[in-house]
Amino acid sequence: MSDSVELYSKAVLDFGRHPRNRRVIAACSHSAQSDNPSCGDELSVSLRIDQNDVICEAAFDGRSCVLATASASLMTELLVGKTPAQAKMLFHRFHALASGDKEEFDDGMDVESARLTVLSGVHAYPVRMRCATLAWNTMLAALENERTQR
Amino acid sequence: MKVAPEEIERPDALGGIGNSGSVSGCQSPIRRADHVSFYDVEGIRADFPILQQPMHGYPLAYLDSAASAQKPFQVIEAEHAFYARDYANIHRGFYVLSQRATELYDQARRKAQAFLNARQEHEIVFTRGTTDAINLVAASFGEAFLKEGDEVLLTGLEHHSNIVPWQLLRAKKGIVLKVAPVNETGEVPLDEFIRLLGPRTRLAAFAHVSNVLGTVLPIAEMIRAAHKAGAKVLVDAAQSVAHTEIDVQALDCDFLAFSGHKLYGPTGIGVLYGKEELLDAMPPYQGGGDMIASVSFERTTYAPLPAKFEAGTPPIAQAVALGAAIDYVTALGLEPIGAHEAGLLAYATERLSAIKPLTIVGTAPKKASVLSFVMDGVHPHDIAQVLDSRGVAVRAGHHCAQPLMARLGLPATVRASFGLYNTTAEVDALTEALEAVEVMFLR
Repeated sequence: MSDSVELYSKAVLDFGRHPRNRRVIAACSHSAQSDNPSCGDELSVSLRIDQNDVICEAAFDGRSCVLATASASLMTELLVGKTPAQAKMLFHRFHALASGDKEEFDDGMDVESARLTVLSGVHAYPVRMRCATLAWNTMLAALENERTQR
Repeated sequence: MKVAPEEIERPDALGGIGNSGSVSGCQSPIRRADHVSFYDVEGIRADFPILQQPMHGYPLAYLDSAASAQKPFQVIEAEHAFYARDYANIHRGFYVLSQRATELYDQARRKAQAFLNARQEHEIVFTRGTTDAINLVAASFGEAFLKEGDEVLLTGLEHHSNIVPWQLLRAKKGIVLKVAPVNETGEVPLDEFIRLLGPRTRLAAFAHVSNVLGTVLPIAEMIRAAHKAGAKVLVDAAQSVAHTEIDVQALDCDFLAFSGHKLYGPTGIGVLYGKEELLDAMPPYQGGGDMIASVSFERTTYAPLPAKFEAGTPPIAQAVALGAAIDYVTALGLEPIGAHEAGLLAYATERLSAIKPLTIVGTAPKKASVLSFVMDGVHPHDIAQVLDSRGVAVRAGHHCAQPLMARLGLPATVRASFGLYNTTAEVDALTEALEAVEVMFLR
């Protein structure tokens, strides 16, 4: 059996069946939308950042494959309680993992990073990298994209 | 090694599978005659080196020929032999190699001419592929014959390569694009197409076969109707040329384009057929060497057809190998190939229909060997990934036809497509892999 089945670990399949935080935060402070041109998938990320500059709510929505869904689920769970600067750090951690930079990733290993490893299989599949990183790139765009309060 | 000039003619003299690709005619074994008379798919598969390898421990089931077809060794060998023995730049060479290369390049053009039954050799223009050919027509025919307010009629199932060049022309010249709609089964109803032909329609450009759904369009009727309305016609034959015989004179189309790589030939080479009087009236597409009669800084005159449209050094070896691919397909016969593929499509349709969460997309009565489908609750990317892990190569995505996908209300499909080398055992492998997908994601 090939490595590609490792992509679909139990944890990933579980996220696929039961996505976490799959909704749009109506009262979000930051949001962004992006698509995966290779498959036409669309994904939005909405964040609520409070006065203390802490992400108190994170969600994603849209149509996506299991890998993108699992990655977005995990990301939104990990973002809560972080500052935007910490969120960007986490982004870099994930990027190191997804691009197969094991040294860089292992260097900063902690409990949270360990949770990301369920997606470590993607680096062997360049096409699926886009799926796994879709939510993360959208999150980064959302942080730059403060919503004007009505 | 000395090579007698008559040896170059040998491939033609021998013809047929097993030697068609070899310039010297000595590297390849000559096959049995029954190879042609009954469809020996295992014998055919033996011609394709790439299909012999296992994939992830399974036999490789290559079901993506609609994206690009694999190459028989006769084609690989033809390109190899050309570079190894006969290569030089073509035209104006005073030495043997250049003359030999020129002769082989011209011979490939004659093969393409015979393949499409074009009236004249110089009605065959070598391009980089279908996309390049359509861009050539859009730019050059557009320049000569289209002005603001003129209409080009497309259909709703076109590949991006038959949409975007016209949009570029629209931005440049202010032409109007009309789109014949696609119905629920994936057909383009003829009456809807005819209804959109008007007094300002100058050109109708449409696919012969949908790359996403496999729908075969009624192109003979569409061409007749377009001509009746006074419009010229461009047929995108990228998806049909490897499955069915095409006779441009019988069809009476004005332009027809196809790519070598979907016809078991190399990448980087394609063909634009155009009627002589139109090609003659059109300005050059690109300027450069080989396309001129004489050049001075005051005035340049252009070469006659087809050189006028072949600026620069063309893909010579690719053209020669395309000739070998045409020989290969012709020796097998497009009728037996089409019948074999129709059998595979029917079998695959039956087997996949039995998978409950699976829906086949595109149910036109006339289809080429393309099978698009979706599975309730499983993303096409995930399906394709699991199929790959079991050695089954398919495509997933929008297949460069986003307007059609929007019409169908689907972001993506999985597409299996069959070529002359596929087998029912590969359909079984596809079916079993899809059952595994169902277990993995849905149970």
